[in-house]
Amino acid sequence: MKKLLILGAGTAGTMMANHLRPKLRSNEWDVTIVDQYKTHYYQPGFLFLPFDTYTESQVKKVGKKLIHKKVNYIQKKIEKIIPNENKVQLEDETINYDVLIIATGSKIAPQETQGLLGPLWKKDIFDFYTYEGALALRDKLRDWKGGKLVVHITEMPIKCPVAPLEFAFLADSYFRKKGMRDKVDITYVTPLSGAFTKPTCSTALAYLLEEKDIHLEPDFSIMEVDNNQKAIVDYEEREIPFDLLVTVPTNMGDELIERSGLGDDLNFIPTDHNTLQSKAHENIFVIGDATDVPASKAGSVAHFQAETLTDNILLYIDGYKLKKEFDGHANCFIETGNNKALLIDFNYNTEPVHGTFPFAKIGPLRLLKESVFNHWGKLAFRWIYWNMLLKGIAIPFVSRNMSFKGKVFDIKSK
Amino acid sequence: MEAKTIAGMQVNVNEEGYLEDMNQWNENIATEIADEIGIELTDKHFEVLHYLRNQNKEGVALTIRRVGKSGIVDIKGLYTLFPKGPLKFSSKIAGIPKPTSCI
Repeated sequence: MKKLLILGAGTAGTMMANHLRPKLRSNEWDVTIVDQYKTHYYQPGFLFLPFDTYTESQVKKVGKKLIHKKVNYIQKKIEKIIPNENKVQLEDETINYDVLIIATGSKIAPQETQGLLGPLWKKDIFDFYTYEGALALRDKLRDWKGGKLVVHITEMPIKCPVAPLEFAFLADSYFRKKGMRDKVDITYVTPLSGAFTKPTCSTALAYLLEEKDIHLEPDFSIMEVDNNQKAIVDYEEREIPFDLLVTVPTNMGDELIERSGLGDDLNFIPTDHNTLQSKAHENIFVIGDATDVPASKAGSVAHFQAETLTDNILLYIDGYKLKKEFDGHANCFIETGNNKALLIDFNYNTEPVHGTFPFAKIGPLRLLKESVFNHWGKLAFRWIYWNMLLKGIAIPFVSRNMSFKGKVFDIKSK
Repeated sequence: MEAKTIAGMQVNVNEEGYLEDMNQWNENIATEIADEIGIELTDKHFEVLHYLRNQNKEGVALTIRRVGKSGIVDIKGLYTLFPKGPLKFSSKIAGIPKPTSCI
């Protein structure tokens, strides 16, 4: 029996198990997936937990139940990958593989910023990139009396790069609904040159910050959190005071990658941008947030990658050349508050464009424009995630590579 | 994309003035872009600029963290060289794309 081993049963790993099991002969290939946790979280839902839009039960399920019955599910901690011996050490056993898929994701590393885990952590400083963090923030917001709310990105790359901006937009709506918007100052702090960094987006979307009265602090690279002064400080000693800090800490790949010597300085694995094969070992493939490819770290990207990677694994085991197919395609809903959302579609080389999606001229979704319809799309996506995406069922009319039909590329001049 | 003459050379830049092709870059172009921003380039600046260009060639994303670990300059030093926006200014002067998010 040959062994296909998948590390990580998050969005990407679950999809790979479900895509590949039916395509590999069961008398030739054993498929095993390992994850140390029991629960699979719908991570896009973490954005909605703090505002009491989603409940706990809407964003989690038992991971094993989402995976094909003929896949071995091992719930154990992974100690080390030993690529030269084609082995993976788990907490109390060692397993061999013929083909390895690494889908161990990324997570927050608040310890990377001086003072972030100080006395104010989880009192006046919160993250919403973890289930626990999002719930703690929800409890804080429920009876917060107002003051300076600072929404902050530590450094790039981060999972779902637009989530912090969405958080700021949703916070504006949340406090308006509670009748206390006048008691809250919202400041958005980013290490990049602006809230919108691509010319098409700045042109189309700059109005949002003004409309929602969100103050922008660009080019801010945090040096430390001053817990006494309640301020974040950058390397030029610029200080931004806060009463409530909602931060996106440094994102890093799993420590397993560091222990195995497979990653870069952020524990992301050097991966071919188009085939998703690891650069160092031909029988190791990498998908989702664990890679170092310059695409967004997002479920939609993992979804498009999974289709290409499934084909490539099948080609690899039959000895064929891999397809250089993945184009960095991402397709994301962006909540803008007041029950509206934007939809963006882009890849490695193309900025988000105007137009309609998924059908040229018809839509029904409009790209780069706020609409109630897009918001419904975002909410409906939770159902699609649990019932189609994870199971490896293709979403009708949405292709793995970015389609250029019905899209407008010349709006920069407008 | 538009054509622009910088330091006597015809180059293609995007709407924010970043070079579209890093191969059209030379040190005179860097000096003129830096001048527009208000930065006078020293040898240390050029050391950083060449490092950034090499990293970009290898497909490595530009981050403050990586520059800080480069051994050329620490993060505070990078801010001293390129005040008020080290990433956006150093990339512009180095003739490589500005670090961006997805929107």
